[in-house]
Amino acid sequence: MSAVSSAVAAVTTSGSGAGTAVVAGTGEAGSQVRRRRRLSPGRRLPAAPLVGPALVLVLWAAASAAGRLDPAAVPAPWTVLRTGVHLWTDGTLPNDILTSVRRAASGFAIGLAGGVLLALAAGLSRVGEALIDGTVQLNRAIPALGLIPLFILWLGIGETFKVAIIAIVVYIPIYLNTHAALSGIDSRFVELAEVQGLSRFQFVRQIVIPGALPGFFVGLRLGVTGSWLGLVVLEQINATSGLGYLMFQAQNYGQSDVILVGLVVYGIFGLVSDSAVRLIERRVLSWRRTLSN
Amino acid sequence: MAPHTEQLTRSAVRLRGLTRSFGGRTVLDGIDLDIPAGQFTALLGHSGSGKSTLLRAVAGLDHEVEGSGQLTAPERVSVVFQDSRLLPWRRVLDNVLLGTEGKEAAAKGREALAEVGLKGRERAWPSELSGGEAQRAALARSLVREPELLLADEPFGALDALTRIRMHGLLRELWERHRPSVLLVTHDVDEAVALAERVLVLEEGRIGVDVVIDRERPREEYREVLLGALGVTSDVR
Ligand SMILES: Nc1ncnc2c1ncn2[C@@H]1O[C@H](COP(=O)(O)OP(=O)(O)OP(=O)(O)O)[C@@H](O)[C@H]1O
Ligand SMILES: [Mg+2]
Repeated sequence: MSAVSSAVAAVTTSGSGAGTAVVAGTGEAGSQVRRRRRLSPGRRLPAAPLVGPALVLVLWAAASAAGRLDPAAVPAPWTVLRTGVHLWTDGTLPNDILTSVRRAASGFAIGLAGGVLLALAAGLSRVGEALIDGTVQLNRAIPALGLIPLFILWLGIGETFKVAIIAIVVYIPIYLNTHAALSGIDSRFVELAEVQGLSRFQFVRQIVIPGALPGFFVGLRLGVTGSWLGLVVLEQINATSGLGYLMFQAQNYGQSDVILVGLVVYGIFGLVSDSAVRLIERRVLSWRRTLSN
Repeated sequence: MAPHTEQLTRSAVRLRGLTRSFGGRTVLDGIDLDIPAGQFTALLGHSGSGKSTLLRAVAGLDHEVEGSGQLTAPERVSVVFQDSRLLPWRRVLDNVLLGTEGKEAAAKGREALAEVGLKGRERAWPSELSGGEAQRAALARSLVREPELLLADEPFGALDALTRIRMHGLLRELWERHRPSVLLVTHDVDEAVALAERVLVLEEGRIGVDVVIDRERPREEYREVLLGALGVTSDVR
């Protein structure tokens, strides 16, 4: 037995270069086991996602305090905070936030439902695939924001058109990723389902859908980002209310602090929604062991 | 051995002139084979000789393969694959219960897991199991269905030698307890002789050798015969 294991050791170490082979093979430190170099990044730092932003904030505050920044272009963090509080207490900010969130949420919800339903229809039936997949691929080739003029003509400049554009921006990544995941299901699992005598419904529910969930979540996160992106663009060019409108007006009056307040709020939106999706993802995909945990 | 002689009179698997080919190349060339109910049969053959093709045909998994011939197999068939094929998103017990329903099934699933030595691991994720444990879970999954016929395609091929020997003991034990007919595909002659009551060798699309293993006689004897049939002469080894 020992002869076998030493032979194996000699083979493995000789592959990693002559130097190590000598050390591991004949050195008296043969009993010392060196751990392999770790390739996964290792344990997470505490509060890791906050380290970078905190650093940026500190630098910003320091530069402002030292008078190195032009207050008209980049106001100090405390000026932004004061403006934010002011806008909040006089009711402007809550109102605009509500309007914006409502737009983004309705567009997102419609896009999510549409993307998932279309992906299921295309992924689970050949007829559905023939009808849907090509059409969506075509739709995808046209940047959704390029549809704005046409949609204004069709739907008017009100809320409907904004929600529709956001829904389009959202449904495409959700559809693409979910559909790819559905059709990329491991054929070995299909075989297993046949052997275990699963009905078509059981197969879809117990194998296809859980197997497609990781892909769906990739699409979901892209969709969430997309909904905010769509919102910003829409509100800054064709709106009379909402956060983007607030910022657009501030630009006309040269109020960079208001613009920064708007950006901070957008940032918070993005962060909160992305964390929410991640949280759900971690719950739902708890069976996965990946680099991140 | 006596108690199941009456069982042996019934045929579990019956093949007549079974032919399968891929793109005009004949892999199975008119196979006639009867496997009596309750018999443990091993199928040997070179790589590419068509063992998996035969097994998949019996399992009814060869949907788009050209072929002809008659095939009779029992209603309840279980398959153990070379990989454990556990669904990574289901816990071990839920994997074992795949395709079954109800409270009774759950109890049976626990029992099957206990039988393969995985008691207490019901709620583990497949990624937390070792290769041997995963394969035992797969065995439990195939047992829950109380198969009349158990098909196994190199079920131990991916395991280390030690685990393999343990699994041999386990499979043999489970077979003695539940008495399904077994068709075990392997390319390991020793495995075949150690486990099976009957060993077949697939050669050029037909059953070339068909020997019944008498446990009283030395295994070496069968080994020589089977290795010879596979074209491995003793001086080569
Ligand atoms: N789906 C397929 N399409 C084309 N050819 C195939 C297919 N499946 C098997 N074959 C061919 O049929 C022959 C028999 O394959 P099979 O998988 O049955 O061999 P095997 O005896 O199980 O070999 P191994 O011991 O390597 O698993 C091989 O030559 C293989 O290339
Ligand atoms: Mg094979």
